[in-house]
Amino acid sequence: MSARVAKDLEIKGVLDYEAFLKLHAQAHKDTDVKRVALVASKGTLDMAYPPLILASTAAAMGMECGIFFTFYGLDILHKGKLASLKVAPLANPAMPMPVPNIIGAIPGMTGMATWMMNRMMSKQRMPRIPELLETCKKLKVRLIACTTTMGVMGVSQKDLIDGVSLEGAAAFLNYASKAQVTLFI
Amino acid sequence: MAQTAAITIDSRGELCPLPVVKLALALEELGSGQVAELLATDPGSKADVPAWAEMTGHALLRAGERDGTFVYLVQKA
Repeated sequence: MSARVAKDLEIKGVLDYEAFLKLHAQAHKDTDVKRVALVASKGTLDMAYPPLILASTAAAMGMECGIFFTFYGLDILHKGKLASLKVAPLANPAMPMPVPNIIGAIPGMTGMATWMMNRMMSKQRMPRIPELLETCKKLKVRLIACTTTMGVMGVSQKDLIDGVSLEGAAAFLNYASKAQVTLFI
Repeated sequence: MAQTAAITIDSRGELCPLPVVKLALALEELGSGQVAELLATDPGSKADVPAWAEMTGHALLRAGERDGTFVYLVQKA
């Protein structure tokens, strides 16, 4: 399949197709390596955990894993935001707060719910989001930032943590088309 | 060596998925073997266009950067 892409690029290094194709082609065909392709579309604390937990687990199980961070999910890669993601208590009846849900509308309740969730997590010795991200990076999980989201939300690559690849929907779908597990979170 | 493009698609200033969608629509108008030139500024296009080419079977003949614009020459399969 790589034969379809010309080798005589006008500017070498600008578009590293060889590396790109290698990343995308590496799948189940020649090896036993299974692939997990995840979409992280939400930027709240409670919704940042599932993709990172699944990705680190997949990588720990010897699977190859990539997460496409899109829309508010991009906050999980944002240097200024990833350590302070919040939980919304309003319209979240699953919150274990012993008060009516409407109380969630009162100022300070988001901070309260976030504090509760962080406490619940640390009680169970769950890592925080920054540590979980580091673990994912160590396990070679591919962290992919959606370039459309970056454009729409005015985020540049320097706002994001290191080691993130910038891709669009076509690249992610190509990657996901060679995965055994794809989940939208 | 460089082939003449039958059509130029200007997708500068636009974000994913527009470069790839416009490219796909433009190729519908071309015959097999004809070449389209795509101009894009979306950094995601660097990954998207080769991914699109691989999946559709159209040939990405050349790709590069010219004055801050990514230029792709694609030949219809």
